[in-house]
Amino acid sequence: MIAVELFKLVRRVRTWFSIALMCALPLIVAIFIAVTHIAPPPGQGSAFLSAVLNNGQLYPAAALALVLPVFLPVAVAVVAGDSIAGEASAGTLRYLLARPVSRTRLLAAKLVSVITFTLAAVIAVTVSAYAIGVLILGPSRASAVGFAPGQGSGSIGAGAGGAPTAGLQAGAAITSLSGTPLTTLQLVERVLGAMAFITVSMLGVAAIAIFLSTLTDSALGAALGALATLIASEILVTLESASAVAPYLPTRYWLAWIDFFRQPIFWRDIQRGFAIQLVYVVVFLGAAWANFATRDITT
Amino acid sequence: MITTQNLTKRFGNIAAVRDVSLDVREGDRYGLLGPNGSGKSTLVRMLLGLVYATSGSITVLGEQVPRHASRVLPQIGALVEEPAAYPHLSGRANLRLLDAAGPRGSRRTRRRRVDDALEQVGLAGIDRRPVRAYSLGMRQRLGLAAALVRPPRLLILDEPTNGLDPRGIRDIRDLLIGLNESGVTIFLSSHLLPEVSALCTRVGVLDSGALVLQEQLASLEEPTGRVVVTTDDPERAVAALDGLVEHRDGADLVVRSPDPAALNARLVTAGVPVKSLLVQRRSLEEIVLEVTGSGSDQFSVPAKEAQAARQTEPAPAEPPQAPEPPPEPADGQAPADQEAP
Repeated sequence: MIAVELFKLVRRVRTWFSIALMCALPLIVAIFIAVTHIAPPPGQGSAFLSAVLNNGQLYPAAALALVLPVFLPVAVAVVAGDSIAGEASAGTLRYLLARPVSRTRLLAAKLVSVITFTLAAVIAVTVSAYAIGVLILGPSRASAVGFAPGQGSGSIGAGAGGAPTAGLQAGAAITSLSGTPLTTLQLVERVLGAMAFITVSMLGVAAIAIFLSTLTDSALGAALGALATLIASEILVTLESASAVAPYLPTRYWLAWIDFFRQPIFWRDIQRGFAIQLVYVVVFLGAAWANFATRDITT
Repeated sequence: MITTQNLTKRFGNIAAVRDVSLDVREGDRYGLLGPNGSGKSTLVRMLLGLVYATSGSITVLGEQVPRHASRVLPQIGALVEEPAAYPHLSGRANLRLLDAAGPRGSRRTRRRRVDDALEQVGLAGIDRRPVRAYSLGMRQRLGLAAALVRPPRLLILDEPTNGLDPRGIRDIRDLLIGLNESGVTIFLSSHLLPEVSALCTRVGVLDSGALVLQEQLASLEEPTGRVVVTTDDPERAVAALDGLVEHRDGADLVVRSPDPAALNARLVTAGVPVKSLLVQRRSLEEIVLEVTGSGSDQFSVPAKEAQAARQTEPAPAEPPQAPEPPPEPADGQAPADQEAP
């Protein structure tokens, strides 16, 4: 069943179109920065963006920061929201279940398909951003800036979510946010870690969208419902009076992947972010399963 | 093959299926008749484990459904309301995908089985164009092919000839009769009386969710014990038959007589010029109309009109041809077609 779902994913034009869009945004941003040589001042704008003029190799991290707040969750919510509701409204759900495919297996296969899509999107953005960074922004101009710790050419903004990274410095070449140099191997490790964390961060949205997808026959409704949840979460995260619930909100630790670029890696928020996503996945997939397994299929 | 006992399904206040005890036997070509909204599709969905019964039990191929649906369904080919396919994929890709999704669809034989199924329904020549570009009739044939990819013991088909032209209807009828002769039991639902009387050996009639008739078609269509005699001299015939004539309509006489040959001999002996002599049989249509009330998609509009008439006119006429009042007052507001809630 998983193979069937992956085949469906691969054969959908939407899959490739949305991934292409996600890769296009960093490309457009890179072109503007390369042409004007105006990067956001340190501490403002999307994370890592202030540093990319000096080091194109940092662009994958900047690109991930660009697609993370909106593009990626929208794409994930659309794919996950479509999972059951799309089959239901197309009428194919009843034929799958009458084959029979067990409802539990179908739900599991849909989850695998959504995770695969998320991972593919993250990989595509990272790889294309590396190419964009090297080709358009150019490789490291380390010689012009110098390697020494503390002499980084820009500090990294925290992004919209309030992750505690403001004022940290990023060096030219391959320098951690903490200012110490990173070897190429370390950088690769940390980019991989960030990719994994970002994929995991999307699981909460995916689980919410899949749950809504079992409630309604409207794929659009399920996707928008999940996005509305995310927007509410992002608003509450920045609201000081809601700080009591902030640690439990799905977007609270979304930017914790930036901590992979510290030396040493700052694990606390990464672990918390992982745990929160796990809780959302367990709760909402459990609810999705309970609802879907007992529901009358009338479409 | 299919047995249900006191099967009932309620959606909120509306009973879509009420106390239905189906009995479909091995080798049957069973036709479930009923107007739109009579609960046919809900019943079919319950047989396939898609909709859960409110009460009652279902046994299909000797196993309880939905509890053991996973053992039963691989032996069933099904068409539930209209066919459905992924529109961006070709017909072949759709069948392969569906086959790969379920159990007992051996990968080794898949290509051959898909090609066989397409050939059976007359789609052997389809190319790689996506299902999106198919006509209604082609989609219907593809849906039937999907039911045949894994050779079934039992076919459960909801309106199998929907959207087909007369030629297509005959093709599918021949296909189903052929499959039935090779041992496949067929259960189909339809609102088309001629379709069922041409194809089925056994008939059930559903009316407002209740099974009001279940019988072998042959015994339903047995002679009524009446013969229609047409003659140029009806006076003489009436005199000769002495009280056996039940009804006279011009040159046609309806005569009560179990033996048409003896009747003919008697008329000829009396010198009556018999032009034709026809053993009267009740048609399926008469039988169905007799046991069913008005179809739900027919009464909703007259009911509204009657309501409007009641408000404007002091003395409203009776609602036309309604043998009994609508079973549920809520039905008046509800959409006529309850088959796809």
